[in-house]
Amino acid sequence: MSAQKKKELQVAALENGTAIDHIPPGQLFKVAHLLELEKMNNTITIGNNFYSKKMGRKGVIKIAGKFFEEDEINRIALIAPNVILNEIRDYEVIGKYTVTLPDELTGIVKCNNKKCITNNEPMLTRFDVIDKEKGTVKCRYCERKINKEDIVIK
Amino acid sequence: MKSKSLVSIDQCSREDILRILENAAKFEANPNRTLLDGKVAATLFFEPSTRTRLSFETAVNRLGGRVVGFQDASTTSSSKGETLKDTILMVSNYVDLIIMRHHLEGAARYASEVTGIPIINAGDGANQHPSQTLLDLYSIQKTQGKLTNLAITIVGDLKYGRTVHSLIVGMSHFNPAFHFIAPEELRMPEELKNSCDKLNIPYTEHTDFTEEIINQSDILYMTRVQRERFTDLEEYERVKNIYILKNDMLKNSKNNLRILHPLPRVNEIAYDVDDNPKAYFIQQARNGLFTREAIICEVLGINHLI
Repeated sequence: MSAQKKKELQVAALENGTAIDHIPPGQLFKVAHLLELEKMNNTITIGNNFYSKKMGRKGVIKIAGKFFEEDEINRIALIAPNVILNEIRDYEVIGKYTVTLPDELTGIVKCNNKKCITNNEPMLTRFDVIDKEKGTVKCRYCERKINKEDIVIK
Repeated sequence: MKSKSLVSIDQCSREDILRILENAAKFEANPNRTLLDGKVAATLFFEPSTRTRLSFETAVNRLGGRVVGFQDASTTSSSKGETLKDTILMVSNYVDLIIMRHHLEGAARYASEVTGIPIINAGDGANQHPSQTLLDLYSIQKTQGKLTNLAITIVGDLKYGRTVHSLIVGMSHFNPAFHFIAPEELRMPEELKNSCDKLNIPYTEHTDFTEEIINQSDILYMTRVQRERFTDLEEYERVKNIYILKNDMLKNSKNNLRILHPLPRVNEIAYDVDDNPKAYFIQQARNGLFTREAIICEVLGINHLI
């Protein structure tokens, strides 16, 4: 680990937990919402607009004592496909992961068809991811396809 | 079929389709049976549709079953704000089968998820209407003696027409060749053309409705061009009279050509076509009865008794 990075980490270095890095600044709070951080009692540090060589500015979320299951974390792939997950144990990054879109999204995406049953009945939406590269999803109910740029998160 | 409900034509394999059509032919030979003796079917028409409802109710009656239901949701508890789920679960306490039409898209799939009773989708908004597709396929098979290797020309609103989209999906198992004839604004969606490409199904697109194309066709499937589909009303005025089939356009058509239409028609088939022996749209609707008898037996798992 470089001296520069170590210094940066001093702010809220994690002993054990997950650091989610390279979150697009505009999506930071959506990511926090999708991960249901508001329901957690863990110590959480949320930072935004850090300098990033790769993307100019970035958001970072650090959660102490939390290690995500694949299903849990893949929910954010829709809005932040390029985030890096750092799994930290005993102050050391022991694993770096990227997120991938799951095959199915339940209760995350809002169908943009007003005449879809999911917008008129108290029920969870269900979308099949039909193109992982393009991020195209299809409503299991009204069968409408939605392109990535038109996806609305609930 | 993968599910015991019929929600969408996509769920039917080639074998499913052929089996249902074979059973429909048996019902055409002998429509009055006692296969549903002691059974009750519900027809829940949250959105009115006289033709489809009468066809399904006749099918249940001719099979010896009884029907309960409604044809106007404003007189039911859904107008008081009851959820679809509660209505379906309540009705599931009473009946062996639910046939439903709903104005919301995906309603039938959701209903099939909340109840263990078989659901037949009799139309969910602009989404699916699988019994229409199966009766179209039955009509094609019956008039052509086969389903394979046919030239099918589809005319009218190809963008929003759900019967057209489902027909393409249903026919895709049988090596068809398509002509798509539509105004620019109502062209076949890319998505459906892509799936034709993937399956190596040839198609050509046209904006002119010409005798040359009619003369190559085995099936001419006409649909309505609806005014409300147009964003540009000038465009509607320009095209509304282009896609009208007149009797003299059929003079050099193939002997086996048959004209289908999901009905109701407005003015897209001139009345002078009605007496042409190639006009088949009224008999097509009659085939709906036999096809629906077969579908009912299929979802109830009693098709082996037919």
